[in-house]
Amino acid sequence: MNKGNKIVITFISILFGLIVGALALLIAGFNPLEAYQIMFQGIFGSPKYISWTIVRSTPLILTGISVAFAFKTGLFNIGAEGQYIIGSLVATLVGYFFELPIVIHAIVAMLAGCLAAAIWGGIAGLLKARFGINEVITTIMLNWTALYFSNYVVFWEPFKRPNRDASQQILDTASIEILENWKVSDAGREFLSNNQFLKDFLNPPVNFGFIIAILVAILVWYILKHTTLGYQLKAVGFNRDAAEYGGIDIKKNMVVAMMIAGAIAGLAGATQVLGVSKETAILTAAEGYGFDGMAVALIASSNPIACIPAGLLFGGLKYAGSKLQPSIGAPLEVINITIGVIVFFIAMPKLIHILQSAISKRKRGVKVENTK
Amino acid sequence: MKILNDIGGIIGISLMYSAPLIYTSLGGVLTENSGVVNIGLEGMMTIGAFAGATVAYFTGNPWIGFIAAGIAGALLALLHAIACVTFTADQVVSGIAINFIGPGMALFLTKIFFDGAAMTIPIDLNDKMPRPLDGLFTQGSFIDSIFNQYATVYIAFILVFLVWFMLYKTRIGLRIRSVGEHPKAAETLGVNVYKVKYLAVILSGVLAGLGGAAMSIAVVSNFRNTLISGQGFIALAAVIFGKWKPQGAMWGCLLFGAAQGISIYLGRSGVISSQLLAMLPYIITIIVLILFVGESRGPAANGVPYERNK
Amino acid sequence: MSNIDYNTRVVEMKNITKKFGDFTANDNIDLTVHKGEIHALLGENGAGKTTLMNILYGLYQPTSGEIFINGQKVQVTNPNVAIGLGIGMVHQHFMLIDPFTVTQNIMLGMEESKGLGILDLDKATKKVEELSKKYGLYVDPNAYIQDISVGMQQRVEILKALYRGADILILDEPTAVLTPQEIEELMVIMRSLTDQGKTVIIITHKLKEIKQVADYCTIIRRGKKIDTVKVEDVSEEELASMMVGRNVSFKVDKAHKEPGEVVLEIDNLYVKDNRGLDAVKGLSLQLRKGEVLGIAGVDGNGQKELLEALTGLRKAESGRILMKGKDITNLSPREIIDSGINNIPEDRQKRGLVLDFTVAENLILENYHKKPFSNKGRLNHKAIDDFASESIEKFDVRPRNIRQLAGALSGGNQQKVILAREITNDPDVLIAAQPTRGLDVGAIEYVHKYLINQRDNDKAVLLISFELDEIMDVSDRIAVIYNGKIVDVIDAKDADEKTIGLLMAGGGVDNE
Repeated sequence: MNKGNKIVITFISILFGLIVGALALLIAGFNPLEAYQIMFQGIFGSPKYISWTIVRSTPLILTGISVAFAFKTGLFNIGAEGQYIIGSLVATLVGYFFELPIVIHAIVAMLAGCLAAAIWGGIAGLLKARFGINEVITTIMLNWTALYFSNYVVFWEPFKRPNRDASQQILDTASIEILENWKVSDAGREFLSNNQFLKDFLNPPVNFGFIIAILVAILVWYILKHTTLGYQLKAVGFNRDAAEYGGIDIKKNMVVAMMIAGAIAGLAGATQVLGVSKETAILTAAEGYGFDGMAVALIASSNPIACIPAGLLFGGLKYAGSKLQPSIGAPLEVINITIGVIVFFIAMPKLIHILQSAISKRKRGVKVENTK
Repeated sequence: MKILNDIGGIIGISLMYSAPLIYTSLGGVLTENSGVVNIGLEGMMTIGAFAGATVAYFTGNPWIGFIAAGIAGALLALLHAIACVTFTADQVVSGIAINFIGPGMALFLTKIFFDGAAMTIPIDLNDKMPRPLDGLFTQGSFIDSIFNQYATVYIAFILVFLVWFMLYKTRIGLRIRSVGEHPKAAETLGVNVYKVKYLAVILSGVLAGLGGAAMSIAVVSNFRNTLISGQGFIALAAVIFGKWKPQGAMWGCLLFGAAQGISIYLGRSGVISSQLLAMLPYIITIIVLILFVGESRGPAANGVPYERNK
Repeated sequence: MSNIDYNTRVVEMKNITKKFGDFTANDNIDLTVHKGEIHALLGENGAGKTTLMNILYGLYQPTSGEIFINGQKVQVTNPNVAIGLGIGMVHQHFMLIDPFTVTQNIMLGMEESKGLGILDLDKATKKVEELSKKYGLYVDPNAYIQDISVGMQQRVEILKALYRGADILILDEPTAVLTPQEIEELMVIMRSLTDQGKTVIIITHKLKEIKQVADYCTIIRRGKKIDTVKVEDVSEEELASMMVGRNVSFKVDKAHKEPGEVVLEIDNLYVKDNRGLDAVKGLSLQLRKGEVLGIAGVDGNGQKELLEALTGLRKAESGRILMKGKDITNLSPREIIDSGINNIPEDRQKRGLVLDFTVAENLILENYHKKPFSNKGRLNHKAIDDFASESIEKFDVRPRNIRQLAGALSGGNQQKVILAREITNDPDVLIAAQPTRGLDVGAIEYVHKYLINQRDNDKAVLLISFELDEIMDVSDRIAVIYNGKIVDVIDAKDADEKTIGLLMAGGGVDNE
């Protein structure tokens, strides 16, 4: 399938997703046009909303790249969720317990999160390589294990913040928020009071995560396209038997692939902690960054660069969807339905081809005989 | 006596928690034997749990709720079948989509029907799944703990036999297995591969839906978003553990149910952190897979989209 | 010939055309078959004979054309309709379900039932036994397919058709997997079927068999019907030139060459199959410089496991493999390639090529990590492209586009890409497994020429093939493999088909 065709399929799928979302709202008694208008306003209505969208999208872009990278190597990384949790947990631990100079502290915390998540992802890769266990099931099991493990650590006395269902907050030296202290300093307040746009834009916890995500996208694209590592990972992904025959160590490559995917998902968690939440909360259910990352990767056709717009789309949908409940009382789960429908149509390029050819035939006005 | 009663208690809880897994894993056995991988079982369980709890609440009849759960699961499975069978979709991707749509719909509808609440209103204790053997044994005794179960538990075990009989002793079973092994061979003998796959996938949805309801109207009394948290996938692991056979999958589910039973029992004692115990079923699943999966191989054409030549 | 009832045209296909997209597989083909006849469809791989029969069996729908069965115009919309019309088909790749029993395979789709859809296995088994006796097709109804020989699997396939009351049997390349003796048996079965009023259509590209068994022969070339001839009236040579469209000699030109020293030595090798059973059982063999050593044998006698052990894809349990005196047993595939062994794999789409990679990417599959294709982990796209352009020119890969995905190439061109890759390394030992499977005559000649060329350059070639003709034409020496062992090595000059056939079937050796 060529690139242009893939893009068309993606756009048609997004359209179908929005239509089904609208139908769901309509049936539930809401005005879909009003809802979509609220959502549109909710993203573009103010510089603040735009920066929130970027902030919310950042982890999705990274988990998306994680899943996309694994896809390219023939693996389904449904474990981005757990790797994300491990990445954020370890980044919080390092951010709170270590005392390091500014910048270095943030980098160490991020790398530690990546490394831990890489190991977490590597477990699934190892189980697949060594025992032939399907990574779909192991990564799911590891997701729940990660969630409860993270809770267990947060409940640990020296780490838990008293009277809150969360850990201690990271030290300021580990933060990657942009102009965090300046924003609330007297000079900063004065400057911003004269610059409404910047004041609005910087109101949310704008951080370096988005820039990191873009750099990671480029790096992953480069690895896949221009390195021997990328070549052999893709060979394993496309045809394991041929890769093995060509002398590529497929087991090692599976583990490496899952470790890299894990590291990227862990980075998503780390940037979220260091830039936005500053803490790890006790979770009753998965936050869904990893699962949404799968949708992002599928929309992006597993192209790491395309994960940036796809992540922004999903981040935007999720962020704007959260405004439906307070304004018109529509459940924000309509967004999950929409995302699901988009993925559903992306799974069936054949259907969209059939629709496309049916439409183009009608357009040409040619009566085409049934080939049967 | 205390120890005996405790053991009975653990077994009883294990059976209760196994039942939802058994329904769903039987669904997994059917769909995978027909060659369609269905990781959407999780989403089908969720919609079943929601439909069961909601319909049982509004009708006051658990059986109508139970049936509604099967229908809800079937409808979601129909989507999966359309994608995977008719449009040769990537089965895992379609399953991922189902796992967005199922829980999304369930929670969306919960909020619609229950005024924005994130869980359904619990059904009256009298309207829950009945316990057909209640009162037959001394309350709290060893026997009572084990055998005084919700009807859904007994049905689960009856279904194990029925699914086994269907797969190995009937015409449709032979055909389901044939399309999962070698669809082209089946087609050349005039078996309608698409129809058989549709049937198997939809039945898997029915069973997963029932499995969800076995949680929401028996194990607990309502639906909430954390109710189905990985059971669909554990059931799939049980299918692999059971070498794609109904009775094998049942043993897998009993094992995972026991893991849950033990962790709940230990949780009550409060000695071990409840968070660590909560990890237990998932870790046991992985360990069991490590120990048993190596030698097992599924149906030959499992997961491969079948396309009839034109 | 006496069985043919010329008054009854059991099959009549008129002006059949079948297009797949832009490709015309069948172009206006006519075919007439009389009752009691053995009718051969002759053509090269890809000529369109199987497509035509798939249309008759309802697996494909013709783009245009008409079909008459016993004079009645029919629409064969699916195999069920074909079965109802008394048509049965035995496919080249058997359509059998391995974990099912013989009876289960035969009754599938027409199951005996006790009512309520409950299977009646006993009744079906009895019916299979009766049919088996009536037509002399011996099978064990309760055996599992995975446990029975290829010859018996074929009999199951024929029984499947007879069970459905087939009067017209289509056999697609039925002899491809059989030993010469099994082929004899099959011919007897075909005769006994026509004796009892059945009609047989066989699809084949083997001229000898047509001369032996068929009454009439229809030749198809590139989707077009060339002619229908009475087999008595034509020679093999005439059939061959009609099939290929030019005069061909199937003899491979090669000069005599004295082999040199031993380069690859296999000593008492044991290898297990996927089920954990010994597949190669104490195999010993020596390959010399400047020779083509052919390994003849029926599929499933350990060739696959031997090949995988030689290339490092499967562990050898015991024994040794020596390459130029160096022990290479159980080294990794890469180490084995580096020791000077290259391999044209048995299954080019599974092992040989990454179909989603471009031609250029496929050409460096074994060398991507070496200079000039990469340096310090970074790919050198220019060097890769230059090499690829040069290779496809030299090996005449069409289309001349290094960015073409390998999956979009024809089988012959895919094989050329593999050849280009494997021969560029100039290996001391080239292992060619089924190198011409599914190729047309032109491509086959091309591949054979390259194998001989390697030998003439004093390199060694190990040829593994199930096509006895190919082994006999190309090899200098022939080693016969049976039940995981080399049972004899014969000089190709002294080899005759009958002796080798006996050896392939385990004749002349003590069965363990």
